Amino acid sequence: MSSSTASPSAAESLEVTSTSAVTVHGPSTVPDAGYHMGVVPEVVHDTPAATPVKFYQVGSFAVGNRLLPVSERSVQSDPKRFNSLTSGHRACQGCGEALGARYALDAAMRAADGQLVAVNATGCLEVFSTPYPETSWRVAWLHSLFGNAPAVASGVAAAYKALGRDEIRVVAQGGDGGTVDIGFGCLSGMFERNDDVLYICYDNEAYMNTGVQRSGATPPAARTATTQAVGADPGNVFGQGKDLPRIAMAHEIPYVATATVADLHDLEAKVTRAMSMRGARYIHVMVPCPLGWGTASCDTIKIARLATQSGLWPVFEAEYGEVVASTPIRRQVPVEEYLKGQKRFAHLFNPVRRDEVIDRLQAQADRNIRRYGLLPEAASPTLPPIAEEANA
Amino acid sequence: MLTQLEGSMAVARAVAACRPHVICAYPISPQTHIVEGLSAIVKSGELPGCEYVNVESEFAAMSVAIGASAAGARSYTATASQGLLFMVEAVYNASGLGLPIVMTVANRAIGAPINIWNDHTDAMSQRDSGWIQLYAETNQEAADLHVQAFKIAEELSLPVMVCMDGFILTHAVEQVDVPEVDQVAQFLPPFEPRQVLDPDHPVSIGAMVGPEAFTEVRYLAHERQMQALDVIPRVAEEFRAVFDRDSGGLVRGYRLEDAETVVIALGSVLGTIKDVIDERRERGEKIGALGITSFRPFPLDAVREALGTAKRFVCLEKAFSVGIGGIVASHVRMAMSASPIANYTIVAGLGGRPILKSSLHAAFDQAVADELPALTFLDLDHGLVDRELARTRAGRRSGPAAENILRDLGAVRAGSR
Repeated sequence: MSSSTASPSAAESLEVTSTSAVTVHGPSTVPDAGYHMGVVPEVVHDTPAATPVKFYQVGSFAVGNRLLPVSERSVQSDPKRFNSLTSGHRACQGCGEALGARYALDAAMRAADGQLVAVNATGCLEVFSTPYPETSWRVAWLHSLFGNAPAVASGVAAAYKALGRDEIRVVAQGGDGGTVDIGFGCLSGMFERNDDVLYICYDNEAYMNTGVQRSGATPPAARTATTQAVGADPGNVFGQGKDLPRIAMAHEIPYVATATVADLHDLEAKVTRAMSMRGARYIHVMVPCPLGWGTASCDTIKIARLATQSGLWPVFEAEYGEVVASTPIRRQVPVEEYLKGQKRFAHLFNPVRRDEVIDRLQAQADRNIRRYGLLPEAASPTLPPIAEEANA
Repeated sequence: MLTQLEGSMAVARAVAACRPHVICAYPISPQTHIVEGLSAIVKSGELPGCEYVNVESEFAAMSVAIGASAAGARSYTATASQGLLFMVEAVYNASGLGLPIVMTVANRAIGAPINIWNDHTDAMSQRDSGWIQLYAETNQEAADLHVQAFKIAEELSLPVMVCMDGFILTHAVEQVDVPEVDQVAQFLPPFEPRQVLDPDHPVSIGAMVGPEAFTEVRYLAHERQMQALDVIPRVAEEFRAVFDRDSGGLVRGYRLEDAETVVIALGSVLGTIKDVIDERRERGEKIGALGITSFRPFPLDAVREALGTAKRFVCLEKAFSVGIGGIVASHVRMAMSASPIANYTIVAGLGGRPILKSSLHAAFDQAVADELPALTFLDLDHGLVDRELARTRAGRRSGPAAENILRDLGAVRAGSR
């Protein structure tokens, strides 16, 4: 987009009204679609650039709304977005979960034309959003218990099916504790039955709501309140791990994806993709927690990005049990770079550097890179890196 | 129409006649034929507009019912025993959220020791769960109570547990006048939820409530159960008007006129008790029985009124509170607190032990003479108990009590000691 027709900023564009050049997109239930702001006039250039313009943001990372055609802009850029999780809630500054949930739910709401019900497990997201008598939810929302959100969502879906209200879609959401630990049985049952529910796990790798205790998703070596940085092997043990996206894939459900808050546009796209399908779908989103991880509030996205760029957090999509796409690492970093910024891993560097632990974590990242073909040179035999396809 | 069928099947057909939208159940731990019957009814296409969800646990069963009910669906599940305990967190949640779910509890014992047979320990453990609890005396009443339960639940926005004795009722084949769809349609209006997940009118359900309002929310749960004291008898009357038979209500007396001794019980054992009372009445004894249909809410006034001028009451209970004794008896004593009378608790039928008329006669003989201990375990084998107590006194490592007792009985031969 040329500078002579620079898009107005978000606030300014509230004044923008529909023109013939505008493509209105967004929820059809919005009555005054002309007063719509993800809608910036699309200008047809008379003199295209000599070489195709390739914006940095178009690759893997950025929202970059102002530089994108309307159809590719994020749901969040739309002032008529639903604000499913609206402002005023009590999440901590820099909360990855609040950010992820807002993007995910608004994308789901758009995909469902507003006909959405959200079921929430107990956890940070539930507590910070609904302190009596307030609620931040502008979507029909139900919280029952910590360990039963998938089953409650199955019940909601069954109800609408029985009542002939197939247009109403159901999203369930929970943290990693509610998903990989206490709610695991219900989640597996929901997958196995292929109930028509999109389950989104916001993974901050511990029980943050109750004071940072270890969960089944806590990475090895991480310090939590129940895996303290003391003794001969400080921090969490090296277990076998509990890779829920792969466990979900083993159920051969229609859709499984991972995402992070470092690439929110990608998260929106995955939610949108998931919402285009029926049956059990699962999205596992990394949401750094400044409080639990010991990071600055302003670094939430940076930390999430380092997780993906180190290979510790593979970002991929799978359909019916098979990986169909993965997001290539753009600039690989050693895991050390990811670990160093977080106080929960401080004992790996102080008072003595624990190379053997860092090496084991690097080996995990390397395995992810091989498994998902995250680097061109590490392309797996069955899964060509997506980067090549995209750049072709 | 009178049909000869198993109690579970009668209940299955009665529930189906209520046109539920969502039925969810876990097959064991343990389950009854009710959900098998309903599964067949739904699968055959006989019940259009109903989803049957086979879940992976009792906890999920109640959770599915919670989600379905909150979405505006008439929801039903069934369980018993360990399964009820496994779903307890969700049981409390359903009542706390005010969701009118109906659940059958086919009463059975709770382990350890593991035991699959009938008593009331399971349902009694949930007496404080906030659910309405109705106890069926017969299979006819079990079928009828389910139809009434949906009406009561939906009117009050409270869940209702229909308790029927496992095996004694659920597996007994006898004649039942199964409520028919057209009759039920006259009696039970369509489900109109007080609160519902509606994308067009979004609300948050299940918010966190702190000290500033928790007491009020809990008080309202109590208040609604107090309202149920009026609703339950009224619904029984409305049921009678359509179906032309007596079922439900708060309490039901038997030969209470001029009774000096009143035997109080819940569930199917009332049949045996009535036979015993008939025999004793023939001998001129002033004795009657009081069946409590609604244990939650507990009808203090109705019980007091029914006891009238009785000199004593005997509570025959299929469960007890370990460390204190009778559960029902403590409730009845509360009802009679203004003018206390002599009272006795007989714990009977635990883990499926038959309650024999001869045993009841012997116990009632003592009761009417005011010679019965305050707490009696009917047909307790004191010899077995004493041998185990002696073992525990004799040495530290006395071993597992249940297995010791079985070995003493000669039921287990391969003991190591």
